[in-house]
Amino acid sequence: MTDPTTSTATEAAPTATTATEAAPTATTERTLLRSQGPPSAPNGGHTPYLLGLADDALIYAQRLGEWLTRAPQIEEDMALGNVGLDLLGQARSLLTRAGELEGAGRDEDDLAYLRDEREFRNVHLVEQPRGDFGEEMARMLWFSSYQHELYTALLDSTDEVLAAIAAKAVKEVAYHRDHAGQWVVRLGDGTEVSHERMQAGLEAVAPYVAELGDDDRASVAAAEAGVGILPSSLVEGTVAHVQAVVAQATLSMPDEPRWRSRGGREGVHSETMGYLLAEMQHIHRSHPGAKW
Amino acid sequence: MTDAATPTSRDNWPLWEVFVRAKRGLSHVHSGSLHAPDAEMALRNARDLYTRRQEGVSIWVIRSEDITASSPDERDSFFDPAGDKVYRHASFYEVPEDVEYL
Repeated sequence: MTDPTTSTATEAAPTATTATEAAPTATTERTLLRSQGPPSAPNGGHTPYLLGLADDALIYAQRLGEWLTRAPQIEEDMALGNVGLDLLGQARSLLTRAGELEGAGRDEDDLAYLRDEREFRNVHLVEQPRGDFGEEMARMLWFSSYQHELYTALLDSTDEVLAAIAAKAVKEVAYHRDHAGQWVVRLGDGTEVSHERMQAGLEAVAPYVAELGDDDRASVAAAEAGVGILPSSLVEGTVAHVQAVVAQATLSMPDEPRWRSRGGREGVHSETMGYLLAEMQHIHRSHPGAKW
Repeated sequence: MTDAATPTSRDNWPLWEVFVRAKRGLSHVHSGSLHAPDAEMALRNARDLYTRRQEGVSIWVIRSEDITASSPDERDSFFDPAGDKVYRHASFYEVPEDVEYL
């Protein structure tokens, strides 16, 4: 699994050097990348960026799985389960790609089940415990709106594998965004109680939203290389979509929260994350290498 | 009946019948039923419940109460009279030899 990546990378290296005019830039770039990843894989520098994308999807899939048997209707159990499975699929592809670029022989399972809390790079929004249904729809609206902007931008990634993952994922998240939007509108513009609770849901997730737009080091490096996109450039589109839904739902955008989450992309998580990982990882860790 | 038309709580979401067309050229076929607060959500629930294994390219949903169905009590008068009218089947024509596709 490591061989194809490594060999392509080594073949690509001399080509870059023969392009003499570009030499200074190329060298700096290579040094920069090397300092972040194993020297055997020049692209390994983008592993942290891919892990950020993958972990967002993986951890939110885990949270959504908790809704099975707990949604308002069995139909909604299925809907949330489907969304979770879409995200799990995205996480698998992204983790696999991250492992390839890292070149250390780690596959999707190693990355999902054998990393510890500080190595996970997801934002705090997706790890928060399950609230009521309105809160979940608020979270899904924000997250899927962000993901829609993200994957649309990644269609142009210089990493062809990432571009292909984005092409598949963008259709999936368009549906997630629609699903959340449908519910936010119905609950917001529903009864007095549903309106109140939907507004409370928006308030509850508000402190976690800004983190989606933070330009962490890995994102900056990936954006400079054309592999990724600056999270801050996705904010405008994300907010615009959420605002439109919120307005249609006769709700209001929450005021600037008094505090905001940060640090997820650097592996600093909230208390709940350890419990989530324990549940997600313990089977794999208790039975290493077990197969169906 | 009128209560069911106004979905005020999750307990009285109306029932919808789902029809899925498997591919172009085929007709929509009844797949099952589901609960949903309104038509738009019924369509989405149908997508999640009945097309998750690529079963379809088009979905219809219709409120179950809007379907008028024949009653089992009327089965005799509805269907038995057709029983002895074999001439209604197109099996008594002689097909000319030069007709290829029939």
